[in-house]
Amino acid sequence: MTHEPLIFEISDKGKRAFVLPELDVPEKKDLLRGLPIRTEIEGFPQVSEPEIVRHFTRLSQANYCVDLGFYPLGSCTMKYSPKVNEKVATLPEFLLSHPLASQELIQGNLEILKKTEDFLCEITGMDAFTLQPSAGAQGELVGMMLIRAFLQERGNPRKIVLIPDSAHGTNPSSAHLCGYHIQEIKSNDNGTIDINDLALRMNEDVSALMVTNPNTLGIFEYDIKKIAEIVHAKGGFLYMDGANLNALTGICRPGDMGVDVIHLNLHKTFSTPHGGGGPGAGPVGVKRELEPYLPLPLIEKRGEEYFLNFERPKSIGRVHAFYGNFLVVVKALAYILSLGPRGMKEMAEVAVLNSNYIRQSLENEYHLKYRTPTLHECVFSDKFQKEYGVQNIDIAKRLIDYSLHPPTMSFPLIVHGALMIEPTETESKRDLDLFIEAMKKIAQEAKENPEVLKSAPHFSYVRRLDETSAARNPVLKWEKEKK
Amino acid sequence: MSYISLSDKDKKEMLHKIGVSSVEELFACLPDEVRLKTVLRLPQPLTEPELVHHFEETAKRSSFPRYLSFLGAGAYQHFIPSVVDYLSLRGEFISPYTPYQPEVSQGTLQVIFEYQTLICQLTGMDIANASLYDGASASAEAVLMAQRLNGKSKVLVAQTLHPQYRETIKTYTKNLALKTEEVAYSENGEVDIKDLEKKLGQDVSAFICQSPNFFGVAENLKKIGELVHSHQALFAVTVAEAISLGLLEAPGKLGADIVCGEGQSFGLPLSFGGPYLGFMACGKQSVRQLPGRITGVTKDVEGRRGFVLTLSTREQHIRREKATSNICTNQAWCALRAAIFLETLGEEGLREFASQNIQKANYALEKLTGLNGVKRKFSGSIFNEFVLEFNKDTSKIGDFLKNKGVISGLSLAPYYPELKNCLLFCVTEMHKKEEIQRLVELVGESLK
Repeated sequence: MTHEPLIFEISDKGKRAFVLPELDVPEKKDLLRGLPIRTEIEGFPQVSEPEIVRHFTRLSQANYCVDLGFYPLGSCTMKYSPKVNEKVATLPEFLLSHPLASQELIQGNLEILKKTEDFLCEITGMDAFTLQPSAGAQGELVGMMLIRAFLQERGNPRKIVLIPDSAHGTNPSSAHLCGYHIQEIKSNDNGTIDINDLALRMNEDVSALMVTNPNTLGIFEYDIKKIAEIVHAKGGFLYMDGANLNALTGICRPGDMGVDVIHLNLHKTFSTPHGGGGPGAGPVGVKRELEPYLPLPLIEKRGEEYFLNFERPKSIGRVHAFYGNFLVVVKALAYILSLGPRGMKEMAEVAVLNSNYIRQSLENEYHLKYRTPTLHECVFSDKFQKEYGVQNIDIAKRLIDYSLHPPTMSFPLIVHGALMIEPTETESKRDLDLFIEAMKKIAQEAKENPEVLKSAPHFSYVRRLDETSAARNPVLKWEKEKK
Repeated sequence: MSYISLSDKDKKEMLHKIGVSSVEELFACLPDEVRLKTVLRLPQPLTEPELVHHFEETAKRSSFPRYLSFLGAGAYQHFIPSVVDYLSLRGEFISPYTPYQPEVSQGTLQVIFEYQTLICQLTGMDIANASLYDGASASAEAVLMAQRLNGKSKVLVAQTLHPQYRETIKTYTKNLALKTEEVAYSENGEVDIKDLEKKLGQDVSAFICQSPNFFGVAENLKKIGELVHSHQALFAVTVAEAISLGLLEAPGKLGADIVCGEGQSFGLPLSFGGPYLGFMACGKQSVRQLPGRITGVTKDVEGRRGFVLTLSTREQHIRREKATSNICTNQAWCALRAAIFLETLGEEGLREFASQNIQKANYALEKLTGLNGVKRKFSGSIFNEFVLEFNKDTSKIGDFLKNKGVISGLSLAPYYPELKNCLLFCVTEMHKKEEIQRLVELVGESLK
């Protein structure tokens, strides 16, 4: 495979890929009256349109993607993104509406936001939603801010947030950004929250417990109602990280389990494309008592008319210049409307079926730290392969040679050498079997020829990359070679 | 419509393999008391033709795109070359996730690396991150970053920073030991240097302002930067209209320590406010405090160049509560579009874009201020937006224009109560001379 140079390396003066029509108004000089103007943008590329198209097409082929094959990145829900959703999101009324347009000209857009909020309320059992957060982590921050605002109004915002040791790193980071100290709750031998540890730590200094349910091991917190009672008894809030909601839609609702605040990831459960790392959307749902604190503005309906309500004195304020990642919301709504109530439930059922099929098929070859039943994902480890000097990274890189995307690695932190596998519901049995077969072969190779794993991948665009030296000597942009 | 790929036979075989007789058994690990006993109250599923029809009908209730609009204020209409849609919608770009496995993500990683380079070239800074959510949260992150760098307790915010960015900064800083104070604007619509000097105490971590600012006025960044630095504070500059970077000197060359902003103008449609593109860049010495993902160069075992996410010890998945930011998923696909857009325009194209914006806006400004009852509010040099003051209730002018199919500028009174009867107009390369003339005519008629 030939390696595509950087655009800057193929640039040359005088090439153009775009020309504007001639200026049609009289040109004036010195409009900036002495403010410094740039005469050159040093190093800025100049190429032709055919070169641009080849450049990006070649680069695209150096990517693995969901449209190409199995992508079992645990906790990321790499399901298929329906193409019709892309199409409806490019209707001119959605693409070309200005966010500050007067409200009678954008009724359709507001309707989309409001309907999505209503459907998310129904799916989660919450009372109100904001669609403003741009991603899960921003949703977490908003969720914690709502709790803090509520407590602050009653005189004491409290100091501590409890977070299980199996949680995603954004949980402690978001709580910290909201001004809280973090205390970790231990997991018990089942991989779930240790209720005794929780009861011990829960007191009136604690504002909230952040749980992920099912947790990052794919295990449902069986005692979720008891957990909610313990937290509520001391005046705290139960926050749920909804990253794994894909296991639960139509099966049960966080709002019915005592959850007070939840964030969702529309790019996970609701199929919007991951875009190589975003944009996603991280809507936040709350119970009635937290509704007054939701970010500004809120979309409401009066008669047949939708409007933006800015008259919300208790609101935490804004976290986005406008209304969040609107086009992502359009796609998520399209997904909900395509699936309907039965489809939403089937989605969870098949996600759980696919995951359990993989778990059952690989249990002999890979170590499973927790035997507890799992839902939409399962976490193996490299314990068996370590005997042969093979680590999870070697298994992951070898999967690339089998034209598969590796699972999430080394997370959750409570499983050493973790391989976290989430197949999602959109995979065919054939693709699941290809993965299972590859994993079995790799387990065999670990015993017989560990070197082939340790030097993997062999058949990719680049071979294994040295991440350590990248961090030690950071080169973070292209620069013209100085002569 | 369903996107499930299992046949009934597949399901049966898989259940058999697992050793259960039904899918229901797989949910036995949930307590019965939390199980939903009813069916979700959602509309019945739509087929693809029905779905398309449904959205077309909903879209009809938004008429905005049928108008000729002069709205800007942080969301700008610019031409988007065809290659941007064509390339960015490829499944290889839109359907993967964050490039955690670099060997199968070289496309995304190299694009981010090129994007980081472009942002550095435009801002005049050493290092850019892979993107943040939007201009508002990027401004908030800039303020938090400044505090991590020097540990001081107060940030000064220009009143001419986009009002919704200011609100976002307030939301982000409210619960932290970081106070915010606003700096007034002068009569010509720039940062009031005297007010800034007065407020630059020892406890000030940073001053953040926008240029071109919310009134469209280009700030004298060099002068502001010198003043801010003479008080040992950091200088953060937000650029909400990124096209201006094609013409105005890079903030990094004028003393900015952090440059952040909104990249929507680089190939992203108005999209009713999102997804947009937060960008952020800083000097070499500050990189350990920069939030967000960063891509760097490395080599593979055969010595070939490759790209990886790097310096991740700043990030939440390693550092948890000690991370520089909680950001995980960012706006990578929007950064891809910006890279395609900028590489397509090239140096000459971007300069031409910027130049047509400033020319056309100034043309409109000149023609509009030639009308009786219209006054230029601020004398500062503008890029592609300007504020006009009218001798009449501006809502009447707006309604008059709307009836004729034209959306006038944004009314500023809700954001700046002192700016009664003031409208903020935006004119870009998209506006033809005849359209500007139509605006002028209609405003003239509305004042009669």
